[in-house]
Amino acid sequence: MRLDKSLIWMFAALCAILAVSPWLPQWILFIVTLAGANGLVVLGLMLFMRLGLVSFGQALFFCAGAYTTGMLSLLLKISDLFILMIASAIVSGLLAYLLGFLLAKYRAIFFGLLSLAFSMILYGVLVKSETLGSTDGFSISGLKLFGWMPEPTQMKIVLLGVTFLAVVVALLFVNMVLKSPRGLLLTAIRDNEIRAEYMGASARSTIHLIYVIAGILSGVGGSIAAMVSGHIDPNMTFWTSSGEFVFIAILGGIGSVIAPFVGALIFGVIQTVAYGYSPNTWQMTIGICLIIVILLLPDGLWSLVAKFRKKSNV
Amino acid sequence: MSNIILKASNLNKTFGAVTAASEINVDVAEGACIGLIGTNGAGKTTFVNMITGYLKPDTGSITFNGSDITDLPPRKITQLGICRSFQIPQLYNTMTTIENLEVSFGIIALQEMKGSLRTKSTDVIPSYGKNVKDLALESLEKYGLSAYKDQVTKILPGGVRKVLDIAMAMSTRPKILFLDEPTSGVSAEEKFDMMDMVMQVIRNAGTTVLFVEHDMEVVLRYAHRVLAFYEGKIIADNHPDIALKDERVLKYIVGHSQAQHVLAETSHA
Repeated sequence: MRLDKSLIWMFAALCAILAVSPWLPQWILFIVTLAGANGLVVLGLMLFMRLGLVSFGQALFFCAGAYTTGMLSLLLKISDLFILMIASAIVSGLLAYLLGFLLAKYRAIFFGLLSLAFSMILYGVLVKSETLGSTDGFSISGLKLFGWMPEPTQMKIVLLGVTFLAVVVALLFVNMVLKSPRGLLLTAIRDNEIRAEYMGASARSTIHLIYVIAGILSGVGGSIAAMVSGHIDPNMTFWTSSGEFVFIAILGGIGSVIAPFVGALIFGVIQTVAYGYSPNTWQMTIGICLIIVILLLPDGLWSLVAKFRKKSNV
Repeated sequence: MSNIILKASNLNKTFGAVTAASEINVDVAEGACIGLIGTNGAGKTTFVNMITGYLKPDTGSITFNGSDITDLPPRKITQLGICRSFQIPQLYNTMTTIENLEVSFGIIALQEMKGSLRTKSTDVIPSYGKNVKDLALESLEKYGLSAYKDQVTKILPGGVRKVLDIAMAMSTRPKILFLDEPTSGVSAEEKFDMMDMVMQVIRNAGTTVLFVEHDMEVVLRYAHRVLAFYEGKIIADNHPDIALKDERVLKYIVGHSQAQHVLAETSHA
């Protein structure tokens, strides 16, 4: 498989960040790791956007992944990072597989709102579950890597490494899908679904497949977010969480598989800085940023990279 | 006698008070070239839509190669070997000409490789013996589209869009191809050049073709048989020379003066 330059740069950047991570402040490690987790969710959203769909309920799988990690840790005392992450991917993937039978029938606003409805149903269930801490959620701790329990400061670096590994695997996989005939088919379905059907393709099964892939990516993202923050609560599936993922997707753009991660990192920085300066109105800063991006860069930040590349080619 | 590959029996279709198809019975022999004529709203496109799965007939059945395809969706019918082009070309408008063709061959690649996520554009499609990219390039050349290879299809001229639409349908290697008004929107000077090229490719592929057409010169030049539609019924089914002299065809569809003119023109040609 041929990797394009931006992917090689991304991998190099991940290696560089990991190499200097012992000397980075804890808050930067936190932002970068969380950006990796959010970026995985948005990578799935990017696939939807290639299909011409927007999911306003991707937080459902993010939360399902987080709760799978938390419940396995809390109830079954499973503490290995990889096992928890893989289990979260499986549970979220299965959930997406089941819901996908219904969701894949719908398009446009109906798809978006139906996905939102499912995420809010989960929110309602979790809020009413006192054993899972209701609105307060619950905490997880004592995570291990192949039987080794690192110190808290070491754990942040370990989690960064594990997150980067998940990001690399996800990038390679999604890049492979997009470079395959299926990648072009996603755009074809967005452009003209009826024609794609008349050429023998099944739009519904394609959407279903992408729904499952996005569900798995979101589940892994949720698992990482749970492990990084050490806390899980129903807000992870609240509609504002889904809104944040859509915001990141718009911020980064859908022009490249890297864009979701760039968007997620910038979102993390904006959120942290805005919260630091104005804890009660940080959402206003986010809103203003969204307006600026939509007005000036409707194709997201990645369109700047695309423009720069075009210019340098000329 | 030629093998009958498509059989439509007693097809009926109504939209409220409008009868779009009434007791349609058609047998199509392998290798035939059939012109479908009629005024707007006569039922030609409804007939094509029923055969290709876009519309389900209220009653009646359609069999293709002995299999009942009446209730199959369009993609299944395409997979069996019936494909179509459209009156208004249905392209993927944000993509380039070659990408439109790559999607077409890519769908076949995905089908033959059981939708594997590892399927690549450089993988050879077993039944074609070539990969998606090579097939798309070959198709561009075959249909004279190479000059438009990297142009976004949204900005292509009307005639080129028509040819690309047909090239995409032909990429599935259909046994039967329906062309819906292939020369509409194509200039008078270009229409025969375009149709000669398209019909040559279709004939070389051994594809049976049914085309909806308003231009009687085109019908007489290419069709071996004409189905004339009026108010959802087939009022004539015969060789073009005979069908276009049919009293009802003259009265409802062609008009006496136009028929005389066209028949005279084609007999001189």
